[in-house]
Amino acid sequence: MKFAVIVFPGSNCDTDMYHAVKDELGADVEYVWHDATDLNQFDGILLPGGFSYGDYLRSGAIAQFSNVMTEVVKAAREGKPVLGVCNGFQILLETGLLPGAMRRNESLKFICQPEELVVENATTIFTSQYEKGEAISVPVAHGEGNYYCDDETLEELKANNQIVFTYANNPNGSVENIAGITNKEGNVLGMMPHPERAVDELLGSKDGLKLFQSIVKSWREHYVAAT
Amino acid sequence: MYKVKVYVTLRESVLDPQGKAVMSSLHKMGQSEVEDVRIGKYLELTLQKGDYDLDERIVNMCSKLLSNPVIEDYRYEVEEVVAQ
Repeated sequence: MKFAVIVFPGSNCDTDMYHAVKDELGADVEYVWHDATDLNQFDGILLPGGFSYGDYLRSGAIAQFSNVMTEVVKAAREGKPVLGVCNGFQILLETGLLPGAMRRNESLKFICQPEELVVENATTIFTSQYEKGEAISVPVAHGEGNYYCDDETLEELKANNQIVFTYANNPNGSVENIAGITNKEGNVLGMMPHPERAVDELLGSKDGLKLFQSIVKSWREHYVAAT
Repeated sequence: MYKVKVYVTLRESVLDPQGKAVMSSLHKMGQSEVEDVRIGKYLELTLQKGDYDLDERIVNMCSKLLSNPVIEDYRYEVEEVVAQ
């Protein structure tokens, strides 16, 4: 399985993401620049954190019109796994691949600390290696991670089991303590916490590694078993 | 040429923590009459005149990029200006 780490001008967690996949997960991975027009050779797409295009206008707003996002949307429609972390999540929201929007943190502070997350749905391709209800420690680092959606969207998220991670102690004011959601089809995950920064005990936690392992496992079951 | 002034604000139903912080600061200045503060964005676009539907173009820009309809509202004003 081969991953792409999409790099925008202003991405700054791309190296962490690359390291997590290459060295900790042990899978193939390549950096892909934002003006790329072909993602066919990749089986999984990773949108890293950072401040794409300086976060001008709104976080993630400018990135939605970059060449590569047309291809990311295509990959998502084809059913390939797409993971957006932090700014990557914001880009997925702005692109419309996930519902809702991000507001400034309630405290107006940039929050950078480990957070306890609860795995709400362990049946997705991103979480099959976790147990439902499992508490995991994954760091957050954001100023705009206050997830918002209207009541109707929230009901839909609940009804379709799209809420994958919640905060045990909501740090930013997010609706329903939401830390991560998938699309209806379940192949696009956006989350504010950084699983790529929790892949080794040296980093304080390796709870994020199972997320990447889950993706590979589901890919193997789907593609390798079939051939 | 047209000068288009676009105002983007958070929707009424969306909490504005920045506005709240500014309001409490105004209260500390002694401006106790302030009941609410909402912070928004102001953009000025200069457009070439042409054979196109001006409102349609502006609405397209506002709804797809300049504002996020999930949390923001926008309004705009158009002014005709002489090219310099």
